Amino acid sequence: MPMIPNLIPITCTINGETVSLSVSPRETLADMLRDRLGLTATHLGCEHGACGACTIVYDGRTARACLLLAAQADGAVIETLEGASASGRIAALQRAFHERGALQCGFCTPGLLLAAAEVLAEHPAPSRDAIRAALSGHLCRCTGYQAIVDAIEATAAAATGAGSRR
Amino acid sequence: MKPAAFDYVRATSLTHALDLLASADPDGETRVLAGGQSLVPLMAMRLAAPARLVDINRLAALERLEVIDGRLVIGALVRHHRLATDPRVASAAPLLARAATQVAHPAIRNRGTFGGSLAHADPAAAFPACALALGATLTLASAAGRREVPATAFFEGLYQTALRPDELLVEVAVPAATAASRSAFVIFTRRPGDFPVAGLAAVARAADDRSAVDRLADIRLAVFGVGDTPLLADTAAAILESGPIDAARIDAAVAALDTLEIRDSATASVRYRRHLVGVALRRATAALLRPEAVACR
Ligand SMILES: Cc1cc2nc3c(=O)[nH]c(=O)nc-3n(C[C@H](O)[C@H](O)[C@H](O)COP(=O)(O)OP(=O)(O)OC[C@H]3O[C@@H](n4cnc5c(N)ncnc54)[C@H](O)[C@@H]3O)c2cc1C
Ligand code: FES
Ligand code: FES
Repeated sequence: MPMIPNLIPITCTINGETVSLSVSPRETLADMLRDRLGLTATHLGCEHGACGACTIVYDGRTARACLLLAAQADGAVIETLEGASASGRIAALQRAFHERGALQCGFCTPGLLLAAAEVLAEHPAPSRDAIRAALSGHLCRCTGYQAIVDAIEATAAAATGAGSRR
Repeated sequence: MKPAAFDYVRATSLTHALDLLASADPDGETRVLAGGQSLVPLMAMRLAAPARLVDINRLAALERLEVIDGRLVIGALVRHHRLATDPRVASAAPLLARAATQVAHPAIRNRGTFGGSLAHADPAAAFPACALALGATLTLASAAGRREVPATAFFEGLYQTALRPDELLVEVAVPAATAASRSAFVIFTRRPGDFPVAGLAAVARAADDRSAVDRLADIRLAVFGVGDTPLLADTAAAILESGPIDAARIDAAVAALDTLEIRDSATASVRYRRHLVGVALRRATAALLRPEAVACR
């Protein structure tokens, strides 16, 4: 193994802003986002792909930030929960999670919101089973999941006009 | 849960990648980085500590997906999500399209690649079994040239394949499904998205005589998640092919699975797995007998 690993210059778009950094090969994208850019909504639970807490959007699709290297961010367009929240694109989901009590400690919530936004973008009116399947890679140790499925179902119903809440 | 130090090189062309694989790194092993959904967890847990990673993710040449000369050609970098959603896969290889919806979780499927799954050769992985059932041909390339390896010769053992350290899996070809093709995919998982406790990928062809609705030809059964590699259940397939498929013939085929080398795990005994494989064969057979059916679970 090289004693002094080469640093890799990268340039990427994160939450709409161009970011240039030098990263170490062994640095994960999750660590880069949290420790260098202060984007701490990307939570780290297991650091090996099992829990979903570190979910981000990489080139338009959800991905585990703990399984991507910071070096792989070069040339990529990345969105974290902070960006999705600031842009307002997940506002309805956030409101529904709040109203239904779909979070307690909130550790799993950033990953769940991004996963929920992806399934609703592709299936505007998913069944409860489809919602559960979309969340299968996300562990929540607090809620027991029912309220999370309810909140996503309510968001879909409101958006498709099936419900009359907004 | 942090990987040990390594060097990272992003390959800029197929030739560049093959040259990097051909030039041994004095510090140790060079590994290909595809979706990273198996390799990066192994590195985080220090079960793998390569000296150098060759990142192939920007090689558009490996993203090929097309039907040509009666075969579906799938580039090594085609991701699980694309297999699950591309209409060409749905029509030319419905078995793969169905399996791809059952592998891991959405975010993993967005990154994980078909080539990576075959090269990794996890005994419980779905795609190696599908490749075996479909009679896939794998194209391996090195700086010295290319060779084609049938799936039956590719999976050598637990996480062991015919790939040499200097070789890259470039693409995989499977015969495109016809109107007579049937397939079935059955898995038993503890939770959706987990690696299965047992699974079966099955393909067959409807009998030439269309009135013989209880006959099937060219049956290939690949059992997975129960041994060191996916296993072809040839004897059971031959029994099912040998006549009208009735309850007695199905019982005989299930009994023939007893010769498979099934192993236990921390959560599943050999007896339990043997039972599940039998149930999988019964469900798959029922599905194969129904036109247009790709069954699941
Ligand atoms: C939480 C979780 C759950 C999962 N559940 C399942 C499941 O239920 N079923 C299932 O089948 N899989 C499952 N997987 C594994 C997933 O499908 C992986 O994506 C896949 O096994 C590996 O593909 P990859 O592209 O990510 O490969 P990588 O992780 O990048 O590579 C894996 C190995 O293959 C080598 N390699 C990769 N591409 C090539 C190539 N083109 N040529 C030569 N060598 C290559 C690498 O060097 C490495 O040794 C799961 C993964 C996770 C994290
Ligand atoms: S921290 Fe990435 S999946 Fe758990
Ligand atoms: S709210 Fe605590 S882990 Fe989900």
